[in-house]
Amino acid sequence: MDALAEAFRLIFSLDADLFEILLLSIRVSLVALGISAVIGLPLGTYLAITKFPGRKFCTLLLNALMGMPPVVVGLMVYLLLSRSGPLGWMGLLYTPSAMIIAQVVLITPIIAALSNQVIENLYQEYSDTFYSMGVTGRRAILAYLVDARYALTTCILAGFGRAIAEVGAVIIVGGNIDHLTRVMTTAIALETSKGNLALALGLGAVLFVLSLLVNALVIGVREYAAKRQYA
Amino acid sequence: MLRSASMPNSLLPIRINDLRLVKGNRAVLGGLDLVIEESGITVIMGPNGAGKSLLLRCLHGLITPDCGAITLGSLAVANSRDEQAMVFQHPVLLRRTVLQNLAFAAPEIAKSAPRHLVQALESVNLADRADQPARMLSGGEQQRLALARALLSKPALLILDEATASLDPASVLLIESLVKTQSAMGTKVILVSHDQGQARRLADEIVFISNGQVAEQSSAKQFFTTPQTPVAKAYLAGEILF
Repeated sequence: MDALAEAFRLIFSLDADLFEILLLSIRVSLVALGISAVIGLPLGTYLAITKFPGRKFCTLLLNALMGMPPVVVGLMVYLLLSRSGPLGWMGLLYTPSAMIIAQVVLITPIIAALSNQVIENLYQEYSDTFYSMGVTGRRAILAYLVDARYALTTCILAGFGRAIAEVGAVIIVGGNIDHLTRVMTTAIALETSKGNLALALGLGAVLFVLSLLVNALVIGVREYAAKRQYA
Repeated sequence: MLRSASMPNSLLPIRINDLRLVKGNRAVLGGLDLVIEESGITVIMGPNGAGKSLLLRCLHGLITPDCGAITLGSLAVANSRDEQAMVFQHPVLLRRTVLQNLAFAAPEIAKSAPRHLVQALESVNLADRADQPARMLSGGEQQRLALARALLSKPALLILDEATASLDPASVLLIESLVKTQSAMGTKVILVSHDQGQARRLADEIVFISNGQVAEQSSAKQFFTTPQTPVAKAYLAGEILF
């Protein structure tokens, strides 16, 4: 109980360490999410509406990558960014940038695969009409993205949920360095192992609230879309 | 530029030669031959499963037949797409407002002369619904919007696949009126309908299809007064044909 009370004191007193960790977590996850959305949404849409040899294999690969263990992704990005790796010269290992890269690798397949399913359903509905109207190529991709905007928002929020809760990959490539690469999940793991349950619980509570907010947003978006027949 | 009845229709005559399409083990189009030379409204009739909608879809390029040839004027189907428009039985509208649906169909008009989009909505009595989500319209209103969208491109050929099925009488009459106006302006109209009353009201020519082939092609007057084939007689008498 003491630890829980201390956790709430840290939150409500706007503890500097706690909020530094919180802000870094959100910054890393949002930047990764932005990059992943820019890559994943058009990729998922392209795979849903374009027929080419190997399309099924690409979709299969995307779905397989969606379930990739984060520690494996972390290891791959580590090997890529380590001094002796192909991108070692960039000096990104143990920086927030490395964490962003790892999260992009993790959540891009999630966003692409989920959006692929959403757009495939829409494609069944729209394809004849778009053909009739001569809507093809980039214009079609953009139209699908715009019309599936609410469903895609929930895909993006799912990606954010995965990013913010991720620990395995970011601890490998970020190193959990205090005031530099320490994010909520890695801090919780560290503080728990140190026996500092107050900070761990405080961070856990914030993470839980964030998760609640994201899910509330998902439900809100779905309800708004359904009300306006945009779902 | 608006079409007019005096302008020659660039997609006429429509020649369909030995059109074949097999689905599963069944020949749904079995060597169908058809020539449509005249402008005006051609109504395609026939029992369920006769191949009417498939014929329209082949004509519009939505389906590639297993064999056979279609030419529209001097053009192949693929080259005539810009001059065709099709309205489907179940209108598919974008998840946007009524006006945005039209703007998407005609981005150039939306940019250069947005007033034309409002006029298009006025022509189908939907001007006061411009800012509403299109999918919240009633079935009849959605179909009227789909027709307005199709007409924005000023097509030389307008194809309607049971576009008024399951609509209320007022919506049917409004759509029929628009179709007649469009035909009078020189657009060739081909529509599939099971509604004999509608065919009598609209058709200049009837093409009767049975078992994937043209059983009869004649003027509307002749078809309804003296059908030439037993199958057409039975259809008009309301007998079920399969």
